[in-house]
Amino acid sequence: MSLLSVRDLTVSFPTSDGVVRAVRGLSFDVEAGQTLGIVGETGSGKSVSALSLLGLNPGADISGSAVFEGTELLALRQDQLRRVRGAEIAMIFQDPLSSLHPYYRVGWQICEAIRTHRRTSRAEAMRQAVELLRMVSIPQPERRVSAFPHELSGGMRQRAMIAMALALRPKLLIADEPTTALDATVQAQLMELLGGMQRELGMAMIVITHDLGLVATVADSVLVMYAGRGAERADYRTIFRSPHHPYTRGLLASIPGAAGSGGRLVPIVGQPPSLIRIPSGCAFHPRCPFAMDVCVRDQPPFVPVSGGEGHLSACWLPPDAVGVDAAADVARQRYVEGRRGPAIARLRAAVAGARPGGAVAHG
Amino acid sequence: MADTAAPVNPASDEPSLVAAPAEDHPLLRVENVVKHFPIKRGIFFKRQIGSVQAVEGVSLEVRRGETLGLVGETGCGKSTLARCITRLYPLTSGQVIFDGADISRLSARQLRTYRRRMQMIFQDPFGSLNPRRRVGSIIGDPLAIHGIADGGERKRRVQELMEVVGLNPEHYNRFPSEFSGGQRQRIGVARALALRPSLIVCDEPVSALDVSVQAQIINLLEDLQGEFNLTYVFIAHDLAVVEHVSDRVAVMYLGKIVELAETAELFGSPRHPYTAALLSASMVADPEKARSSHRVVLYGDVPSPINPPSGCRFHTRCPKAQPICSVDEPPLRVQAGDPAGHVTACHFPVAPGEQLVGAAPPISATATAFAAASPDISEGGGA
Repeated sequence: MSLLSVRDLTVSFPTSDGVVRAVRGLSFDVEAGQTLGIVGETGSGKSVSALSLLGLNPGADISGSAVFEGTELLALRQDQLRRVRGAEIAMIFQDPLSSLHPYYRVGWQICEAIRTHRRTSRAEAMRQAVELLRMVSIPQPERRVSAFPHELSGGMRQRAMIAMALALRPKLLIADEPTTALDATVQAQLMELLGGMQRELGMAMIVITHDLGLVATVADSVLVMYAGRGAERADYRTIFRSPHHPYTRGLLASIPGAAGSGGRLVPIVGQPPSLIRIPSGCAFHPRCPFAMDVCVRDQPPFVPVSGGEGHLSACWLPPDAVGVDAAADVARQRYVEGRRGPAIARLRAAVAGARPGGAVAHG
Repeated sequence: MADTAAPVNPASDEPSLVAAPAEDHPLLRVENVVKHFPIKRGIFFKRQIGSVQAVEGVSLEVRRGETLGLVGETGCGKSTLARCITRLYPLTSGQVIFDGADISRLSARQLRTYRRRMQMIFQDPFGSLNPRRRVGSIIGDPLAIHGIADGGERKRRVQELMEVVGLNPEHYNRFPSEFSGGQRQRIGVARALALRPSLIVCDEPVSALDVSVQAQIINLLEDLQGEFNLTYVFIAHDLAVVEHVSDRVAVMYLGKIVELAETAELFGSPRHPYTAALLSASMVADPEKARSSHRVVLYGDVPSPINPPSGCRFHTRCPKAQPICSVDEPPLRVQAGDPAGHVTACHFPVAPGEQLVGAAPPISATATAFAAASPDISEGGGA
């Protein structure tokens, strides 16, 4: 049984501009001790789905199911959720400066996390805080424990956050863009640290990021999100070597140094959609080079495809249309040719009318 | 457009001010540029108590039509250097020689002619566009300021520029807030192009953009370079992006250039331990490369530029440091076995194939201690 099993998670926010449908029927599993990378662009719903699991999205309409070790998280009352949060599932955030309280010393904040969940004396909690800081390689932990967050560098703050998150030895750590704000060498330090801790403590991780490089380095399996839904999911090799979904394929072609790119970059045209007005059918169809009429009409199911074991994709292309090379693209193109009718013609006309200058940039 | 000989700095006796044939000299030469920011204390009588040594004696050349990449981590001085090159900051000392003319001491007025020929694209497409002005007037600003075109002619040229960068010219009267991040960056590019400059300094032009949009802007910049014969100084912290766009790359650490070489040469055989560490730390979007590569993990943080380390500034974190490194600063020079254009400032350069070893104890030792010790944390449920 999976450590965490999310089924058909749906999250929406009523706003004055309309309902923002941030997550639309997302399903995934996290196995004990494994790392799941959730990849997506701004507004793909990757952070919102994680926050919803922990009840950190007040005001959102949430439905679906999220079972963690036999407990349905979405049915828990706030006080029950509080016991899970921090102790069983911990989270680290992108911006360590705004997620540490500026008025309290770092050690105090770690002690608070420990004493909220465990009956521990203040002195004992402080002793543990020092140990935790030492564990995340903060030099002179006895001194830093009484430092304020602003007295630490960005990398050290993120270490303090990690120390706090690991204080209660959670079974699952959710890291939301853990290294985005940090430099490459600091990022490498922290991922090495997290990887080491994960092995020692046997904890599972969800790493939420837009950085495919980070995913290629740390994830066991990868979930690619687009406009609030899972587009593709597979083990890390399959995602980079034999992707099925044209969005995943497009991401790989647009990143310098990625497995599927070489020479000139091939960008994905257009912008990610607004989550208030999500395109019909497959949300990616306006940007998809392989869009067919069916894509405009019907939402594709998340079904097994042939890249490898457990490979799932939500795309109307045939299951064997996997790969990143030119031959794979030719095969995809051949398949869609006979399946483009009036819907695609209308779409093309609309795009051409809206952006007369666009050809220069995307050509 | 603007000829090199135009305003001459009367105080300078540089012979290079006499316009030489264009191809003889590099488009831009930076010599020993130093930029310190004073730190002051006191309310009435401000005393200077120190200075941030942001750029400390940088020299480099940018050739016509090339893209020079500039990489380094936060606080290494790459953005400050960019602003020194474009003279948005006055220099503390040193020279910036643009197309044979020393512009480092020119007044704002004298600089105008040169500003036409060197433009800048900024990182933040939200902060670098005035939210209360229409796109047409933002892009038209350079044309207005330099008195090049006005009225219908200005509008025509702005719309032409919008088309060149892939914006819809009908959106001339829209506000920046009506555009997405990628489109705003196109507005920034159009503004930089308006005066047909020869040099564009791009300061992290794609860092704030979504992955799928980044490639659009990178391709646009590449196309424009060919079309308008542009020279770029391209600053980014994303090494894959820099490797993709640059002809040559300079690596900065704490205000100094530590290594400079042709792109393939630098990425293929880095000689400075910092370059090697930086390259090994960058996470490529290719699982085989990402996992097989030997990662050199540097410990500690970048020291403060207020009080930088003596000798080689990298010696406090360098896995190869020897006693001499803290005393004697290595000059930037061609190391034995390297081609002429590959310079490195290091006493003990990395040999080809050499694997660097990190300096601190492995993480797992402390983690094991944690896992074994303090059993009191693990027991008991929620209190």
